[in-house]
Amino acid sequence: MRVDFEIVKSWVPEGAHVLDLACGDGTLMSSLMKDCKVTGYGLENDEQSISECIQKGVSVIEKELVRDLDSFQDNAFDLVIMTQAIQVMKYPDVILDEMLRVGRQCIVTFPNFGNLGARAHLALRGKMPVTKNLPYQWFDTPNIHFCTVADFRALCKTKGYHFLNEATLAEQTINKLFKDIRPNLFAETAIYHLTKAG
Amino acid sequence: MTNQSSQRSDDKTSVGVVIPQSVDIKDPLKLACGQVFNQYHLVYETYGVLNTDKTNAILICHALSGHHHAAGFHTDNPQEKPGWWDSCIGPGKPIDTNKFFVVVPNNIGGCHGTTGPSSINPETNKAWGPDFPPLRFRDWVDSQAQLADHLGIQVWAAIIGGSLGGMQAMRWSLEYPDRVKHCLVIASAMNLTPQNIAFNEMARQAIISDPNFCGGRYLDEEKKPVKGLALARMIGHVTYLSQSQLEDRFGRDLREGSFERGNNNPVQFEIESYLNYKGDQFAETFDANTYLVITRMLDVFDLAREYNHDPVVAFSNATCKYFVASFSTDWRFAPDRSKEIVNALVAAKKEVTYVNIETDRGHDGFLSNTPRYIKDLTSYLTNVANEVNEELSGAS
Repeated sequence: MRVDFEIVKSWVPEGAHVLDLACGDGTLMSSLMKDCKVTGYGLENDEQSISECIQKGVSVIEKELVRDLDSFQDNAFDLVIMTQAIQVMKYPDVILDEMLRVGRQCIVTFPNFGNLGARAHLALRGKMPVTKNLPYQWFDTPNIHFCTVADFRALCKTKGYHFLNEATLAEQTINKLFKDIRPNLFAETAIYHLTKAG
Repeated sequence: MTNQSSQRSDDKTSVGVVIPQSVDIKDPLKLACGQVFNQYHLVYETYGVLNTDKTNAILICHALSGHHHAAGFHTDNPQEKPGWWDSCIGPGKPIDTNKFFVVVPNNIGGCHGTTGPSSINPETNKAWGPDFPPLRFRDWVDSQAQLADHLGIQVWAAIIGGSLGGMQAMRWSLEYPDRVKHCLVIASAMNLTPQNIAFNEMARQAIISDPNFCGGRYLDEEKKPVKGLALARMIGHVTYLSQSQLEDRFGRDLREGSFERGNNNPVQFEIESYLNYKGDQFAETFDANTYLVITRMLDVFDLAREYNHDPVVAFSNATCKYFVASFSTDWRFAPDRSKEIVNALVAAKKEVTYVNIETDRGHDGFLSNTPRYIKDLTSYLTNVANEVNEELSGAS
């Protein structure tokens, strides 16, 4: 299982009612149902992924995530999760607000564009970064709103969100060594567990 | 199984030749309108084998023009078309008769053998005709529950219905929550839109205004309002098809006549010919009073009416899991109508899976073999079969 999933799982309260946005093939949701006894749904718009969710017995709802989650009521969920998808959203700030409207807490994971590798790619080659974590060319990438760890933290502070947990991930040795000291420069993936202020 | 022979089993995915069964239900059926059937006749078909614990049964609820013959054949005649949902019911098909015992009744009020307007009213010894009691969906559900009792089935592994069959499945899940494990609601809605009701009313007026309708007593008069019934079917049928499907299949092609100058042969478009054929074919086999009874049931149906018109409150009574499917080009029960069901289920914290299948088949998409539809339905029901088996092994 993806390493970010392991960390997300460790933060999910047992028996929580969960909404997993852009849930992919349902791996995380299926694992949460089994190991954390959660209830809830995955949201997905890709046919193939939806079929895989159904095979896994995940309650998946076909839905295009555009701007709002207007069909869901306030605080309908204990937790709303979105892994590696906020950078694909047209309105990431609005989606984040929506996640904390329909859920009491949210967990977001995203690729850190401030990582050394990405910076070096742009600085030395003068080209948009193509790394293992961000394998797309600029013209075919689904990622339209890149951010760094520092950017994300700044947005959360502006919005007054409270950090319940945060973690970083790295695979490359240098990143692993320094990610906790300088996350903005060395983290490859960032994971945030947020709640509304107060 | 005694009701299945293997004579026509060259196709391994067909249930083969089936013989319809029937039962006289002698427990009184109290109808929503207040009238009581002390006894009524129910025709049904079954496919597959009921397991010893009687936990692998699936109920199929048919739609407006449907009946008990959902799969397989009635004869060895190779010209005979299979049952109306043969694409989904059979060995290795989504509703897999190797795993499930599938029960398909013909609903009361129908015209394929079950007690309906063309049956004899025991009090008058004449056909019920227009005096047949107005039914509600709960009457269908109650009679299906009596059939389940007759078959010894306490809990359905799944209840599946498309279109108005989906409405029955939902009603089941609210009326008998402890008798349904999975509810599959396909191309359906929690009530009709004014547009739906308008089409139904046009269809009814077509029937009623046929001089052979005789106020509904056409059987006594030995007449049949075939013109009106055919027109009603044409009005209904066109709402099951999508614009793009009509374009692709018929376009503006001519069946007869010509646009050439100097030629005054009247033209007939392919679509006209097709609809007329469909209407005539339907009028041969269907009963006009049944059409009136069922379209009126549809108009009146409102899943949440007695739950303060709040579908969230309605679904909060349910204990089953739901599978909801819609079809992208369905404008009779559009995808948005299915989304209303899904939203209510989510708000009621019920387990639900929802797929919107891309197809040009319109409302009839639910009878199609669109690959994604077949695949997702198969996956979902495979899990249902696994649950049944786990319970079996868990109990032993």
